[in-house]
Amino acid sequence: MSELRINPGIEFRNTQLELYHFHLRLAILAGFVLVMFVALFARFFYLQVVMHAHYDTLAEANRISIVPIVPNRGVIVDRNGVVLAHNYSAYTLEITPGKVADLEALIDELARIVDIAPKDRRRFKRLMEESRRFESLPIRTRLTDEEIARFAANRYRFPGVDVKARLFRHYPQGEVFSHVVGHIGRINRREVEQLEANDMLSNYRGTDYIGKTGLEQSYERFLHGTTGVEQVEVDSGGRAVRALSRTPPVSGNNLVLTLDARLQEVVYRAFGDRRGALVAVEPATGGVLAFVSKPGFDPNLFVDGIDPQSWNELNNSPDRPMVNRALAGTYPPGSTFKPYMALAALTYGKRTPHQVISDPGYFMFGGRMFHDSRVGGHGSVDLYKSIVVSSDTYYYMLANDLGIDAISRFMAQFGFGSRSGIDIPGESEGVLPSQAWKKRRFKKPEQQKWYAGETISIGIGQGYNAYTPLQLATAIATIANDGVMFRPHIVDYVEDIRTRERTFIEPKPLRKLEVKPEHIRVVKEALVGVNKEGTGRRAFAGAQYVSAGKTGTAQVIGIKQGEKYVESRVQERLRDHALFIAYAPADNPKIALAVIVENSGFGARAAAPIARQVFDYYLLGKQPRTVKDDDDATQD
Amino acid sequence: MMPRRIRRISLFLTAHIDGLLLGAVLLLMTTGLVVLFSASNASLPRVSSQLINMLVALGVMWAFANIPPHYLLRLSLPAYVLGLALLVGVALFGEVVNGARRWLSIGITRIQPAELMKIAVPLMLAWYFDRYEATLKLRNFLVAAVLLVMPVALIARQPDLGTAVLIFAGGCYVLFLAGLSWRLIAGIGVAGLVSLPFLWSVLHDYQRQRILTLLDPTQDPLGAGYHTIQSTIAVGSGGLIGKGWMKGTQTHLDFIPEPTTDFIFAVYSEEFGLFGSLVLLLLFLLVIARGIVITANAPTLFTRLLAGAIALTFFTYVFVNMGMVSGILPVVGVPLPLVSYGGTSLVTICLGFGILMSIQTHRKLVQT
Repeated sequence: MSELRINPGIEFRNTQLELYHFHLRLAILAGFVLVMFVALFARFFYLQVVMHAHYDTLAEANRISIVPIVPNRGVIVDRNGVVLAHNYSAYTLEITPGKVADLEALIDELARIVDIAPKDRRRFKRLMEESRRFESLPIRTRLTDEEIARFAANRYRFPGVDVKARLFRHYPQGEVFSHVVGHIGRINRREVEQLEANDMLSNYRGTDYIGKTGLEQSYERFLHGTTGVEQVEVDSGGRAVRALSRTPPVSGNNLVLTLDARLQEVVYRAFGDRRGALVAVEPATGGVLAFVSKPGFDPNLFVDGIDPQSWNELNNSPDRPMVNRALAGTYPPGSTFKPYMALAALTYGKRTPHQVISDPGYFMFGGRMFHDSRVGGHGSVDLYKSIVVSSDTYYYMLANDLGIDAISRFMAQFGFGSRSGIDIPGESEGVLPSQAWKKRRFKKPEQQKWYAGETISIGIGQGYNAYTPLQLATAIATIANDGVMFRPHIVDYVEDIRTRERTFIEPKPLRKLEVKPEHIRVVKEALVGVNKEGTGRRAFAGAQYVSAGKTGTAQVIGIKQGEKYVESRVQERLRDHALFIAYAPADNPKIALAVIVENSGFGARAAAPIARQVFDYYLLGKQPRTVKDDDDATQD
Repeated sequence: MMPRRIRRISLFLTAHIDGLLLGAVLLLMTTGLVVLFSASNASLPRVSSQLINMLVALGVMWAFANIPPHYLLRLSLPAYVLGLALLVGVALFGEVVNGARRWLSIGITRIQPAELMKIAVPLMLAWYFDRYEATLKLRNFLVAAVLLVMPVALIARQPDLGTAVLIFAGGCYVLFLAGLSWRLIAGIGVAGLVSLPFLWSVLHDYQRQRILTLLDPTQDPLGAGYHTIQSTIAVGSGGLIGKGWMKGTQTHLDFIPEPTTDFIFAVYSEEFGLFGSLVLLLLFLLVIARGIVITANAPTLFTRLLAGAIALTFFTYVFVNMGMVSGILPVVGVPLPLVSYGGTSLVTICLGFGILMSIQTHRKLVQT
C-alpha cells in the first residue's frame, strides 16, 4: 500500500511515480505472459517432437482396427449329395449387455418393435450367463425385412443394440441325423480354453459357433475354415469408415459322407415310435451307411442357443432323446453273441461243426439250473442248428468248456469291449467281461473273483456283456467280410471347395482275424439258415436276395431261477430289448447291420423286420410298407 | 469531390481502428475458419455461420472502438448491477441445459448473463479504482474483491467453471495493476494454499473429477480422462509439420471431442504440427503484446486497468484453452478465442478489442 500513498502536494511527481509502478506491474505481467507462452511451447515441443513417435503409434492404434472375417463353415452332404448341414445368411438383433444399463426395460421397449417371444428372453438370459459382458448376444434371430426396417427407424433409441448379418447353420433333415451330424452351438468358456491350448483361438476371432457333437465336433478343424482379416479405419464409435487391407477368409471344407440319407430316412421311419438304434455299414470298407438312434431331437434348436424350457424337455424326457444309443448305449447282445461263440469253439477246437449235443431245455451247473428259452429244449443240436434255432443249452455248455478268458480273448478281436474308432466322438467302450475286467471293475475281493457260473450266461450274450450297437454292427460286418475288420467311418472324403481336392478317409483294415476261412464259412451258412429256416425266416420270407442274420433278446431285468419271463406281465420299460444282426447279400455282402429295439421283446419280432426293410430298400430300392411287428415270432 | 468524400468515409470507418490489432485479429479469424472447415468435416454451413458471427463481432468491435472511454465509464456501474441481477435471476429462475443452469429466458430469447460479466466486471473494477484513485486504501481493495467474488461465485455455481476462471483472472489482473500490495499478495497466496481443502469440498463432483483426471487421465480412459487423452494424442501425433489440412485422423475419425469448439486447437495442432502451433502462439502473442502496449499508453487509471484486464483476460483465454488441450490444465470449457466456433464469446472478445482500440485512439482527447 505504501507505494500508492498519495501526496497531494507534489501532484506531477505522484502521477509519474504512479505510472512507473503501473508500468512495472504491467511489465511483470508481460513477463508472466511470455513465460507462460514459452511453457506452452515447451509442452507442444515435448508432445510433438520428443514424444511424437509414441503419440503417433497411439493415433494409429486408435484409427486401425483389425476385423476378423468369419469363414463359411463347410457343408455336410450324404453320399448322394443330399444336404445334411448348410449355412444361410440372416439378420439377428443383438444386444451388448455391457453397454446397456437397464436390460429388462430395453428388451421390453424392443419388444414393441420386433417380436420377442418369452422363449427368446429365456434363451438370451441363458446366453448372458455364459458369456462376457461386452459380447454381442442375439435376442432375436432371423429378422424379417419389415422388422429390420422398423428397428432401423428406431435405432437411435437403442444404444448397444444392433442388427447383424450372420451365417446360420441349418440342418434340413432335422432329427433324423441328429446323432450323426451333430450340431454346432455357441462357444463356451471351456472350449475357449481348449482352443487357446491348441493355439487355435486366433482363428476363432469373430466366430461364435463351434461343433458341439457328432461330425460337427469331430471334423471341426476341417469344417471351420480359416478366418480372414480386414484392417479397417474406425471412428471413435468403432464403426468402420473404410477398409485398408483385406485377407479373405478361406471357407471350411465340405464333408461328403458314406451315409445314405434316404436309407437313414427309411430306418428312422421303420422304428416308428419305438426307441432303439441301428447301425449299417459297408463290410468291405467300414463306411457307415445308416446310423440311427431313436428318438432323436431337432439339432436346429441348439444352433443359436437352446432356450431352457426346450432344454429341460429334452433332458428330462424318459425317452432320453439326447443319448446317442448307437454310439454310447450299451446292451447285452443276447443271442446275437452266439455266432461268435460258435466261431470261438471252432477256432479253439472245442466243437466240430457236426458234433451234436443234447438239449433237454436246461443246463445244470454247480447245482444251479440254466433254462433254455424253449421249454423242453431243442433235442439234438449241432452247431448249425444251435444258431438257426438259437439253442441256449448248446452255448451254456460251450461257454463252460471255453472258459471266460478264452471267450474274452477271442471276442476282443471283433472289437467287443473296445472303441471302434469311428469318426464321431462320445463312443462307449462297452463291457467285454473277463477275470481281469472283474478285478478292475470291483473293489471288494469277494466281488473281484470270477465265478465259473458267471461264464455260463456269458455264452448266450447275457451277464456282464454290454456292447454298443456300433460294436455289434462292426462285428457282424467283420464276419460278412470274412474276418477282415475295418474301422467304421462316416465321412467318405473331405473336399476343399476351392481346389476341389478330395481327401479320402481311407478304409483302413483294422486287423485280419485269426480265424480259419472254413470256420467262418460254417458260421455264415448257419446265419443264412437263420433267415431261411430259423428265427429270422418270417421276417425274410420272400426276399429276393439271400441274407444272413441272427436274432437276439437282451434282458433288461434278471430273471430268477425257475421263473418264466412273460412279456405281458413286465412293465413296458423293463421288457427285453429286441436285437438283430444281419448282412446281405449272403455271398457278396454289401451291407451289414445291427439293430436294437428297446423294450420290444423278441428280436425276431421287432428287430428283424426293420432289417428286412433296410435290405429291401438298400439292395432293391423298395420303399417299405408300414412296419408291422412279426407277432408270431416268440423265439430267438 | 469524390476522392474527398471517400477519404471522409474511410476516415469515418478507420479513425478509431488500431491497424495492428485488427490485422492480427483478422489473421486469427482466418485461421479459425480454415481449421473449422476441417474440424467440422468440411461443413460449409458451419463455416459460413461462423463467418457471419465474425462479421457481427467485427461490427461490434468497430462500434465500441468509436465509443469514447468516458461513456464506458458511465456505463460501468449500471452494466455491473444489471449483470449481477441477471446472474441472481439465473440462479433463481434459470433454465437447466446439460446439467448447468446458465441461461435466462427473457421472453423471445435466452441469454447467458455470465458472458456480459466478462466485460462488466473489469469495467466495474476499473471504474471503482478510478473513482477512488486519489485515496486508495486497503478497504477499497476489499470492496473490489467482494465486487469480483460475487459474480464469480454465482457463475461457478451454475456451474460454468471456464467463465468463472476467466472473470476471476480478469479481476485479479485489475487488482494487481491497481497496486495490491505485495505483502497482501503473498498473504493471499498462503491463505489460498491453506484453503485448498475447503475449496475442494465446495467443488462439484464433475469439477473434482476433471481435476483428478488431469492428474492422471489414464485412470478413467473412457470417461473423464477420454477428452484429455484423445486431444493429447492428436497434438502429439501431429509432429513437427502436422498431418496436413483435412488429414488429421484423430479429428476425422471423431476421436477429438468438441473438435469445432473447445478442442479446435487439437485439430489445428494435429494437422499443422509444431510449426503451426508456433505460428498461432506468435499471433496470439502479437495481440496480447499490442494490448499491453495500449495499456501502457492508456491515459487514465480507468482505461489503463480496463485495457490491462482485457489484454490479460485474452491471454488467460488462450493459455487455459491450449493448456487444457495439451493436457496440462483441467478441462474447464474455455474456447480458443477468435478460432473456436461460436458467436457469443467471439462477440465478447471483439467487444473487448473494440474497447482497446477506443482507448488507444481516444487518448489525445482525454489527455488535453
